[in-house]
Amino acid sequence: MNLSELKQGQTATIAHVGGNGSFRRRLLEMGFLRGTEVYVEKYAPLKDPIELILKGYHVSLRVDEAAHIQVENVRS
Amino acid sequence: MPLKPITIALAGNPNAGKSTIFNNLTGTRQKVGNWPGVTVEKKEGHIEANGYDITVVDLPGTYSLTAYSIEEIVARNFILDEKPDVVVDIIDASNLERNLYLATQLRELDTKVIFVLNMADLAADRGIKVDADKLSELLDVPVVFTVGNRNKGTPELLKTILSVAEAEIDLPRTRRVYYGKDIEKAISELSKFIREKTDAELPYHIRWVAIKLLENDKIVKERVIRSASPNGGAILQETEIKRQGLREFFDEEPEIVMTDHRYGFIAGIVKEVLKTVSKQRVDVSRQIDQVLTNRLLGLPIFIFFIWAMFQLTFSFGAYPMDWIDTGVGWLGQAAGQILPEGLFRELIVDGVIAGVGSVAIFLPNILILFFCIALFEDTGYMARAAFLMDKVMHLIGLHGKSFIPMLMGFGCNAPAIMATRTLESEKDRILTILINPLMSCAARLPVYILLAGAFFGATAGNAIFSIYALGIVLAISVGRLFRSTLLRGKVAPFVMELPPYRAPMLKGLLIHMWDRSKIFLKKIGGVILVGSVIVWFLSAFPREVQFSRDYQAEIARISAHYGAGINTAQGDVDEAISALETLQAKEKIERSYIGRIGKVLAPVFAPIGMDWRGSVAVLTGFVAKEIVVSTMGVLYAAGADEDEKSEALKTALKESGMTPLSAYAMMAFVLIYVPCLATVGVIRRETNSWKWTLFSITYSTILAWLVAFLIYQGGKVMGLA
Repeated sequence: MNLSELKQGQTATIAHVGGNGSFRRRLLEMGFLRGTEVYVEKYAPLKDPIELILKGYHVSLRVDEAAHIQVENVRS
Repeated sequence: MPLKPITIALAGNPNAGKSTIFNNLTGTRQKVGNWPGVTVEKKEGHIEANGYDITVVDLPGTYSLTAYSIEEIVARNFILDEKPDVVVDIIDASNLERNLYLATQLRELDTKVIFVLNMADLAADRGIKVDADKLSELLDVPVVFTVGNRNKGTPELLKTILSVAEAEIDLPRTRRVYYGKDIEKAISELSKFIREKTDAELPYHIRWVAIKLLENDKIVKERVIRSASPNGGAILQETEIKRQGLREFFDEEPEIVMTDHRYGFIAGIVKEVLKTVSKQRVDVSRQIDQVLTNRLLGLPIFIFFIWAMFQLTFSFGAYPMDWIDTGVGWLGQAAGQILPEGLFRELIVDGVIAGVGSVAIFLPNILILFFCIALFEDTGYMARAAFLMDKVMHLIGLHGKSFIPMLMGFGCNAPAIMATRTLESEKDRILTILINPLMSCAARLPVYILLAGAFFGATAGNAIFSIYALGIVLAISVGRLFRSTLLRGKVAPFVMELPPYRAPMLKGLLIHMWDRSKIFLKKIGGVILVGSVIVWFLSAFPREVQFSRDYQAEIARISAHYGAGINTAQGDVDEAISALETLQAKEKIERSYIGRIGKVLAPVFAPIGMDWRGSVAVLTGFVAKEIVVSTMGVLYAAGADEDEKSEALKTALKESGMTPLSAYAMMAFVLIYVPCLATVGVIRRETNSWKWTLFSITYSTILAWLVAFLIYQGGKVMGLA
């Protein structure tokens, strides 16, 4: 399942980060690592981007960027 | 005793409170400029303490030192090349794990580092307690606590900085990130290889070079080639062999595995130094966001804030603008009275004072706008604005943060373009700067009001509105075009932190506001001054104009007649004289250099439905767009002091052979063509490049002509003329 498919209020564990080299590296540096828990705080009023909480801070990501992140163990 | 100079660099994540610490350290003694060759803002300050003259350099806020963004490159190069005596890394205590990522990278860079745990009070509020001694011990780095916004811990920080700068301590070689057996083996083998192949020492720590080469760092590769030739090629080859080996072993790019290891190392530290004392208390910031980025309320509130900022900047700002205008007028008059009549007086009054006055008048706008923007930035709302508007701006290939500069363009493009400083990506910034003038600024409105008022009667409002809409549509299309051609490349990912809301500090806001306004006054002033003197010269020369009639003699004759008591009413006489004066003014500008240029250019403007008078008017509009109106007033012989409301000018325009179609084409031309002098000055300043400035001037003028041509010729084909 992709991160972009999660609904507001759901938590999941990051399984894999895809995408091209520098984008992927940037995500990893911001803490999007395999095994990290991520919580979907909300979607922006225009449905894009998404606000996430991970490693204790809030970060936003465009929906098509979140689609590169595979998650598992989705729970609400 | 002379002061001993030392340099310290402040590094840290964005939103870690770096600029507050910087302000606390340096007070108001700071200088804002650009890093050489790029448009990243550089802040520098000075302190004198304990016999030291300390230069504090505020590095751009970054999450990493990977050299992907221009900010990271600037920060890293400064540490590598300028070799500051101490690097101070500001760490947000409530966000330790992610902040430590940059910290571990700084540690790798063979330089003296101090960690500053900032905002530990906020962290404590959130139930997080950091064991500083443990952190200091684990990483072998001095750690200082500060609370930036209450100016706590600054003296201790300064003391630590000085003692670390003085100490001849050996840099810690242990307690560094361990990348795992296989990568460590590659690092040490590659280090050995590098050491053997370079007789002249590489200017950097070899382990670091090996790590960066394995991470495929472009800039380090270039430097190795440059400084380790002739063996640079061999080193890169060896690197590729090692990378290939690791790639096969891990089934993953080595740099990704190494990032993973760094975070693994950090996780170990965090586990030891972080104590979550109680369950997380209420998160105020999150509650504020329940409202401010709410699905229903978020956008209306945003629009309200922007509206308020717009009103404050342009409506409230209009009062001080009036005072400045009056002041400049008074100064011009005073200078006119003091100085003897002649060329020099005209130069000072019409060239210098009028020209500089036309810039100074923007100062209130700029001060207010930058105060508002500093407020948005310092509170953390700017990130929310980008979050809310990103979807819209992404259509043009821009970041959500571009929305504010674009919108401010409707007021005045000069401060709006300065507002692009808030954008992190250089490409985004240049693109936003290039399309910003298409947002029709307030100075163009008088021109529309005049032309639409004269030719569209009751539908004038619609005509003007359509011009604004045309500007927006063009901005979107031009933006997309440039994004896919000139400013191509990866669109920066929107991985944007939404930092907790913070109460702004007045001192910080004022420093922010004043720094940027100072740049405007100092740097822009020069360009404008030269520009206005040139335009003045073109319209005031040649001095000796051969008029077709002897106006002075005719005026003298009429006055004499009146004086002789011939039965003419005083009103008639005044009218006759002012008619003659108007004709003279018209002829003067017609025969000036600018008039001659206009006439030469007339054939260029003919296909878009403008005669030579129109072309002279738009030429003079380069100084400030509203001047188009007064020039038209002069040229259409309706008197020099006419404004857009003048019925006489409207009548004159209608009688001149202009049609609604050609008027509309001219409105479109005025919308698009070369931005005014002030804006060009700001573009030069903000892009830091004459190339982009000239490009902006050229593309806008060509586009203006093309659009006006399509409107005029297309309209004629459709029989609208």
